[in-house]
Amino acid sequence: MVKRWQKWARENELFYLFSNNRIAQLAALLAFLCVAGAALSPWIAPSNPYDIASIDIMDSLIPPVWSENSDTRFLIGTDDQGRDLLSAILYGTRLSLLVGLLSISFACVLGVSVGLMAGYLGGRFDAIVMRIADVQLSLPAILTALLIDGVARGILPREQHDSLMIVVLTVAIGLSLWVNFARTVRASTFVERNKEYVQSAEIMGMHPIRIMLVHILPNILGPILVILTVDLAVAVLLESTLSFLGVGVPPNQPSLGTLIRIGTEYMFSGEWWIVIFPSAMLIIMVISINVLGDFLRDAFNPRLR
Amino acid sequence: MNSLLELNNVSVKFPTRFGEFTALNGIDLTVHAGEIHGLVGESGAGKSTIGAAVMGLLQSPGYVSAGEILFQGENLRLLDDDAYHRVRGDRISMIFQDPQTSLNPLLTVSVQLIETIRQHNDMSVEDARERAVALLRETGIANVEERIDQYPHQFSGGMRQRVVIALAICTNPDLIIADEPTTALDVSVQKQILALIRRLCTERNIGIILITHDIGVINEVTDKVTVLRSGRVIESGLTGDVLARPQHEYTKALMAAVPRLDKRLDRFSNIVGNDELTNSDSSWVIDGASAQYATNWLLDGKQLLKSALPENAVTQKHADVKLDEQTDNRILSVTGLDVSFSAEGSDFFGGRWFGESRKFKALSHVDLAVQHGEVLGVVGESGSGKSTLAKVIVGLVNPTAGSMRFDGEALPIGRERARQHPARRRIQMIFQDPYSSLNNRQTVEQILAEPIRFYKLSANQTQTRQLVASVLDLVEMPQRAMLKYPHQFSGGQRQRIAVARAIVAKPDFLICDEPTSALDVSIQAQVLNLLKDLQSTLGLSILFISHNLAVIRQMSDRVAVLKGGELIETANVEDFFNNPQHAYSQQLLEETPSLAFG
Repeated sequence: MVKRWQKWARENELFYLFSNNRIAQLAALLAFLCVAGAALSPWIAPSNPYDIASIDIMDSLIPPVWSENSDTRFLIGTDDQGRDLLSAILYGTRLSLLVGLLSISFACVLGVSVGLMAGYLGGRFDAIVMRIADVQLSLPAILTALLIDGVARGILPREQHDSLMIVVLTVAIGLSLWVNFARTVRASTFVERNKEYVQSAEIMGMHPIRIMLVHILPNILGPILVILTVDLAVAVLLESTLSFLGVGVPPNQPSLGTLIRIGTEYMFSGEWWIVIFPSAMLIIMVISINVLGDFLRDAFNPRLR
Repeated sequence: MNSLLELNNVSVKFPTRFGEFTALNGIDLTVHAGEIHGLVGESGAGKSTIGAAVMGLLQSPGYVSAGEILFQGENLRLLDDDAYHRVRGDRISMIFQDPQTSLNPLLTVSVQLIETIRQHNDMSVEDARERAVALLRETGIANVEERIDQYPHQFSGGMRQRVVIALAICTNPDLIIADEPTTALDVSVQKQILALIRRLCTERNIGIILITHDIGVINEVTDKVTVLRSGRVIESGLTGDVLARPQHEYTKALMAAVPRLDKRLDRFSNIVGNDELTNSDSSWVIDGASAQYATNWLLDGKQLLKSALPENAVTQKHADVKLDEQTDNRILSVTGLDVSFSAEGSDFFGGRWFGESRKFKALSHVDLAVQHGEVLGVVGESGSGKSTLAKVIVGLVNPTAGSMRFDGEALPIGRERARQHPARRRIQMIFQDPYSSLNNRQTVEQILAEPIRFYKLSANQTQTRQLVASVLDLVEMPQRAMLKYPHQFSGGQRQRIAVARAIVAKPDFLICDEPTSALDVSIQAQVLNLLKDLQSTLGLSILFISHNLAVIRQMSDRVAVLKGGELIETANVEDFFNNPQHAYSQQLLEETPSLAFG
């Protein structure tokens, strides 16, 4: 068993490149810490920032433990409502990552299916769908997301806003990111469909959907994986931006963006920790995911090796 | 005579993460001025590495680990980068394989030539241009004044290679390394380019190292030859001596594997180590799976007519019978086939076959028939429409006109052929490039089981596995191979798997589109043997496409010659090679380099 694992480790290209890339390892470690912290937040966070009963307004704006007037209960201080900042960050990261992952999965499924069909079938479908993609690409992703978000808010009854906000956010971000997937997948599909193994499946008379899913899709997983990681960071950022603008998640469930928005209000009155720590968390998470994405891109591109 | 280039005991190593790989192992080589020294060997023999080592252009992390490279008495290994750079352009130059990529497509020919000339000589632009014109004329380009300001894409492949040669000689080098200079060219062009190289060598008294995998080319132009294998010199000497009386077993084997143009053999005597096969583990087997099982299964349900008669008798008979009788025995016939591509309209093959014209006629009025149990060889140069013909038959390409009949019934063309049409099983195809014809993300078992499952040829999972293992056995692969992925196999092994995938569908008609042109000669011999064996045991009819006349001669019963999309000649194979009727066929035969000695 050990031997087999060693053999795999020796022969696996991806693992080999990873084990020789310090920066990718560091990024993976940080990303893992962020994800683990977010996933385990209900168990490792000192308090539950969503539980209004446990929050005391008298605890508001307490600085980190190493400053004066600090409180040992709050390791990195509290925000304006007296929530423990560390707990808020952990829960906020969880929410940000959840929205990011959901929306990126949505974008991935939509973009990959559209891209596969456009690339394989070509012709009119390809022309129409890719023109739509081009139009959407000429709008900044944040505008698309804002638009969808705004429309959804207008349509949905007011009392359902808070409960449906995460779904709306996911759809909004997903719809603004699917183009990346569609374009890359279409380009890769173009390359693959002219290869002879696809032709041989066509000669057999195999159904186009089967050819796309069984033959082409597994061969273009590399580029999809790259976009998946890079765009995950983009999705997390988008969520934070929307929350920062106040159109994201409901205020009683703060995400990283909401925390940063609250923080900016106090930035110039000396309460720097409220903005710095959530921002640092966001930056670390996004950078480490991005670095991982870049690593994958290089690893899957033989020309750069 | 003083030697121009001398390699003494040169070794080249490439450190990899699996340990150090020795690409060259103690090579000795001497090249004199005014002679062409051929380096021949199969892929991985280290031919190109010798060229790169002399040029000082070994790809990182490779390095020369031992020995000395003396060029005009000067040890190249001791030079620093600057000095080497001067030697490289001035005194040694290089001709690459692919004239498509060795010229910058964005610069005109004149700009590229003048730039190179001026880099090495102190002269004005006008003088350099004059020099460039003279050089192009010397390399045999017509209308030089007019053509010199054109871009590389406006030249044909052969003309482009002439430009590359002009670039190589524009600095008056003493040594030229030509790395497979004619491999990407058609035979007729190859002949001219080789003649040009010969002429330059003699007229300018240049030493030339000619790297090739083609023994025919070696025989045609070289004075001396060195046979390489796995980074070692196997045999070296005067070309005539080595080829006429090869001393070493490997050289003999290599020569035996080269398909002969002058006579037809039953099989290639085989030879060059089957080591890639025998090394594999053969202890892993599936119960009840064997080559015999596969043969029985494949023959099951076939008409007895074909298997009852020995193959030769069948083909002999065809030669004698009258036309109307032949018609009955046709398995496939195409009539009046026309295919044209327009640059915009072709949504399928995106520009691969287009030259200058927007509308391109790939096939015009092709009438062709294949008899039951016959191998029809289709030969022609690149762009002659060979592959298009194959794609029309399998339904990948829509013909603009014409019809096809398969086994007595009309065969729907292109997209009109239903997905469940029985001909889709009965006609199978083997592709040229074994690296792209297998899905890299599937195991060999999945690849081979797919046709079985798709055409519902087996009763259950167990039988499918049994069949997969048996068919692997039939194509002389270990059964264990079914657990692996295609990238774990060499080109020859992959092609065997591709053959197995075609065979397992129980086809009656097989289309082989250049099935061996991506393979080394010894592997080619093995694969051709395999195809021959399968053809005779299974009574297959084969449409065998190749640009290589010698391969066609070994494989086919009849030959069809295509040129520019038109059918030039069809003839019995012996008649064709002994007495070609059409002028183009005669030219084609004459230009193919062969091993026959005059």
